[in-house]
Amino acid sequence: MGHLIEVRGVRFFYPSAGAAEGRRTALDGVDLTVDEGEWVAVVGANGSGKSTLAKHLNALLLPAEGEVRVDGKSTRDPVHLWTIRRTVGMVFQNPDNQIVASLVEEDVAFGPENLGLPPEEIRRRIASSLAAVGMGDFARRAPYQLSGGQKQRVAIAGVLAMQPRCIVLDEATAMLDPAGRQEVLQAVERLRRERGIAVVMITHFMDEVAHADRLVVLSGGRVVADDSPRAVLARAEEVAQLGLEVPQVSELALELRREGLPLPADLIAPQELVEALCRLRSST
Amino acid sequence: MPDALTIGHYVPGDSVVHRLDSRVKLLLTMAYVIVLFFAVRPGAYAVLALLPLAGYLLARLPLRMVWQGLRPVVAVLLLTLILNALMTPGHPLYRIGRLAVTAEGLQVGVEMAVRLILLMVTSTLLTLTTSPIELTDGIESLLRPFRRLGVPAHELAMMMTIALRFIPTLLEEAQNILKAQQARGADFETGNLLRRARAMIPLLVPLFVGAFRRADELATAMEARCYHGGEGRTRYREYRIARSDWVAAAVTAAALLFVLVDRALGV
Repeated sequence: MGHLIEVRGVRFFYPSAGAAEGRRTALDGVDLTVDEGEWVAVVGANGSGKSTLAKHLNALLLPAEGEVRVDGKSTRDPVHLWTIRRTVGMVFQNPDNQIVASLVEEDVAFGPENLGLPPEEIRRRIASSLAAVGMGDFARRAPYQLSGGQKQRVAIAGVLAMQPRCIVLDEATAMLDPAGRQEVLQAVERLRRERGIAVVMITHFMDEVAHADRLVVLSGGRVVADDSPRAVLARAEEVAQLGLEVPQVSELALELRREGLPLPADLIAPQELVEALCRLRSST
Repeated sequence: MPDALTIGHYVPGDSVVHRLDSRVKLLLTMAYVIVLFFAVRPGAYAVLALLPLAGYLLARLPLRMVWQGLRPVVAVLLLTLILNALMTPGHPLYRIGRLAVTAEGLQVGVEMAVRLILLMVTSTLLTLTTSPIELTDGIESLLRPFRRLGVPAHELAMMMTIALRFIPTLLEEAQNILKAQQARGADFETGNLLRRARAMIPLLVPLFVGAFRRADELATAMEARCYHGGEGRTRYREYRIARSDWVAAAVTAAALLFVLVDRALGV
């Protein structure tokens, strides 16, 4: 069995007048795999290339060198373009700039309409997709009447209606308030649990990565870490040096270790820290 | 703000008129407007006036909406009446210096004014009872046969859809920019027309830059959702011609035919 998404040695450049050779390197040899049903979080400081990487996963950008394969099909091959884009759906940062229609159900219909599906099948998908993100009651509402979290859930429903096997969230929670972020994360988590859809979450909120299966850290267009969140965050000092914010718990644990408390290095949830501290106290 | 956003002032409802197929309504309105300019005798105008009147009543729209639809064109109506009355050669009824109000002029002027009133009232009925989305779908569907002649039916409809979608977003953005500029001491209210027009520049520039950025992001998002033009695209909404559509078409056709026959006999 191959991987659902396979990124091999991808390099990508943006034209840039000021830089050497007239181009700026955005991705400098990235390797990454995503398996069916997997939750992969990708973090990196600004300019680390994480959004560029995201756009490679469904052929919005094509690699200058290397290759991206989705379900075994190269994104370079124009024959597979639409298959790849319906396999890997994408949700973007600004909810206002990705909703096409002035009616929620019409927007959800946009993808399936592009696929040329029969009307009754599209109507079925509208209903099931909106229900899956908890927006079933909003089908006849106008997007501008919705909150940020609701709009982003509509955008997810729009992707879902194409029945993808992977959803890429490109900083999809960055413009939302904490409540909206929570709404979106819960909706995504449910989709993965109930429908087995793989999730690639590009983010700079370290608090969101603890529940991922894998945490990939990008820096300067390269993958500098690719492991379980626990293993990556255990290297808190390194992570901080890459300009990333460490989750509060890990940071606190790190400070306590510096003060000489014998705490384990891989604490990522508040509950774990509490338990470790309690154990420490009862043992002394 | 949502009140200011109702484009074409659509009044949602569930009446017979609301439920008519948008293509039927569009075609009937077009036929009506054409025939309107063939009417000559008062009887024909009376029949033509009855059609929109019946429409407003069936749509359960308050009749003051007729007046609301006319208010913006009152000046044009008066101008039409005055110019026609003065400029048409014929028997002078009343002299003002070298100008004279002629009997023929008065007749032509009144006739033109009545035609304009009926035109406005009927097309307003269309936009009052048809949602912008249905209207867009109707236009796309009616233009489809002309695609071979190079009419970009789908592209026009998609542009209208996106424009409708972004009007509230851009209005909100304009408000934000306005407040931001005012907070920095910008003055949009005082001075003469030229001064105020110049004051709009710091509002319009960021608004346009923002709109282009949005357009770019939207295009990427549309491509990510497999958009590749109208080719092979289906619609989830299906429109079917119902019996009420046939009845509306038959009644309108009969009335319009009466007007045409009346002209053929009368001249």
